[in-house]
Amino acid sequence: MKMFLDMVPIALMFSAPIIIAALGGLFSERSGVVNVALEGIMMVGGFFAATVTVFMEGVNPALAPWMGMAVGLLAGILFSILHAIASVNLKADQVVSGTALNILAGGLTVYLAQIIFNQQRTRAFSRGLSTINVPGLQNIPLLGKILFQNIYPTFYVALILILLTWFLVYKTRLGLRLRSCGENPQAAASMGIDVYKIRYFGVLMSGAFAGLAGGVMVLTQDIQYTITSIHGTGFIALGSLIFGKWNPWGVLGAGLFFGFSQAISLYAKDIPFLASFPQEFFYLLPYVLTILALILFSNRSVGPKAAGEIYDPGKR
Amino acid sequence: MTRKQRTQLIVPLIAVLLGFIVGGVIIVLTGKSPWGMLLALARTLTGFDFSGRGGFNPRYVGEFILQALPITLTGLAVAFAFRTGLFNIGAEGQLMVGSLSAVAVALLVPAPPVIHPILCLLAAMAGGALWAAVPGLLKARFNVHEVVVSIMMNYTALYFVNWSLLQFGSTDRVKTPDFPPSATLKSEFLTNLTNGSRLNWGIIVVALAVVVFWFVIEKTTFGYRLRAVGFNKEAARYAGMRVERNIVLSMMISGAFAALGGAVITLGTFNFGRVLPSFEGYGMDGIAVALVGGNAAVGVFLSGLLFGMLKAAQPLMQSQGIPKDISSIIQASIVLFVAMRLGIEALLDLTVGKRRAVK
Repeated sequence: MKMFLDMVPIALMFSAPIIIAALGGLFSERSGVVNVALEGIMMVGGFFAATVTVFMEGVNPALAPWMGMAVGLLAGILFSILHAIASVNLKADQVVSGTALNILAGGLTVYLAQIIFNQQRTRAFSRGLSTINVPGLQNIPLLGKILFQNIYPTFYVALILILLTWFLVYKTRLGLRLRSCGENPQAAASMGIDVYKIRYFGVLMSGAFAGLAGGVMVLTQDIQYTITSIHGTGFIALGSLIFGKWNPWGVLGAGLFFGFSQAISLYAKDIPFLASFPQEFFYLLPYVLTILALILFSNRSVGPKAAGEIYDPGKR
Repeated sequence: MTRKQRTQLIVPLIAVLLGFIVGGVIIVLTGKSPWGMLLALARTLTGFDFSGRGGFNPRYVGEFILQALPITLTGLAVAFAFRTGLFNIGAEGQLMVGSLSAVAVALLVPAPPVIHPILCLLAAMAGGALWAAVPGLLKARFNVHEVVVSIMMNYTALYFVNWSLLQFGSTDRVKTPDFPPSATLKSEFLTNLTNGSRLNWGIIVVALAVVVFWFVIEKTTFGYRLRAVGFNKEAARYAGMRVERNIVLSMMISGAFAALGGAVITLGTFNFGRVLPSFEGYGMDGIAVALVGGNAAVGVFLSGLLFGMLKAAQPLMQSQGIPKDISSIIQASIVLFVAMRLGIEALLDLTVGKRRAVK
């Protein structure tokens, strides 16, 4: 039980970037654009977040990681514009365009690292983001220890973003338009909605969220940005989106599930039954679990109908 | 040439040209000289040093063809799946499993020369096919998107293969023991011909693979059925084809092609199995090769050479002060431009149409 209590903050640390990136994917796919570039956008966000943190730490160590994450978010938006241009304006196959962005992200970040730092990775930052204790709430018995002590504030950011996403997508006019473009863009257009504009909004939102997620991930789980910093988390986020049925609350559940599966690998050596397995087994566990989750929920998950389709205004 | 064939040829060429221009612009923006990249590429392609010092070294050409071998195979893998309407982003993992299977046969099964590498290659194909069958089956049976599954299979392959390789005994946890001489694809003849490059008999494997790809896809009813499924699933089903079965088979054949790439690297380039810290990018290279090659045998062969050259030029570019990752940037830009095919075609139609109107 004590081990489980220790494990929760670690699991939440792993969950935060998965949830945030998956919410980004939600905006994009709900608007009708499949975004397999979440991984690449996270890489770009992570790189810029790490770089800004390295340079700003000397000036203001408490604020530096937050500035880093803000810049990561902006970089994510800029980078995702490429996906928007390719898949919205130029009718590219969305999966291919996303794959191109993933390749580009690896090349671009390491190239820039060599220009800026003269090495294949960014310089290591000294602190990154620090854990906090929430005053007052941390004294709640049991719950305080799990959710409000030694916890990265990024998990609260993820929670706020879930609420925000839920409100935006389900409670506003913009959200209704967004969803209609993902279900039947021709019908949406006939009601006077500018499908191109809405899809741009969806893709750029996914860029912002995934860029932020990349920064969150590098600044809480790493000491610097390297080409392997993100190691498939963007795709796990994509899996969480499907697993969570394209719904913010579902995404929360899926993100927590994958966060815990990663935390278990850290604690495996202390659990007698699990300690006998080789370390590699725990490395590959989150990926195998993602596949299993996708199989289990495949028949029930119904995604946006028009996601992945090239928008052709002439089609009826 | 019909108009369609013309655009099929012109669009990739434009994409390649634009990709190199993007690379050049980025080099200039970051304060380096694009001249260094051109010199590196020219030297890789021809072996001549154009920087004024002169000199000819065929080793560069040998290494350039060597780099083209595995990515041509992963290119064939991705192209084969594309023809059936599937996106095989898992060539990387299938390649690793193929290399593991080849290592197992090379180290555990004694056999005479010539037979031994053939056994290794067959084992690799079986391993890769099985690994690729998983996303194929899940797609056919549960309609789970093959892209996410394949990526997860790549990471699974990375750790699974690393762990398995160490079971063969290793002194440094980085590589397996060397293979017996009977299993190798290394060629003294080709090495001497190219002044000590690592070029090997893998070229025969690749040549055969290109021919087999062309024959199966273009000349057999089986290939016709696969393409029919790729064109229109429902129409193929209505015509009595077993769509699900074809999806799984296509993924398995695709995986076998990718796995051959792993076997060629292991048996030809290194002669031992390697424990990898991360992906080497052969799967992503394969996607670029397939797209630029128009998913056809000859096209994949040519674009395999193009991207092989880009890969082989990396050390030379690095020595010119240009970070070698510029080649990934160029590659990604080319893929992005090829993906915009419909857009580029529309632009071409527009400009050509205007010119006609003026006349």
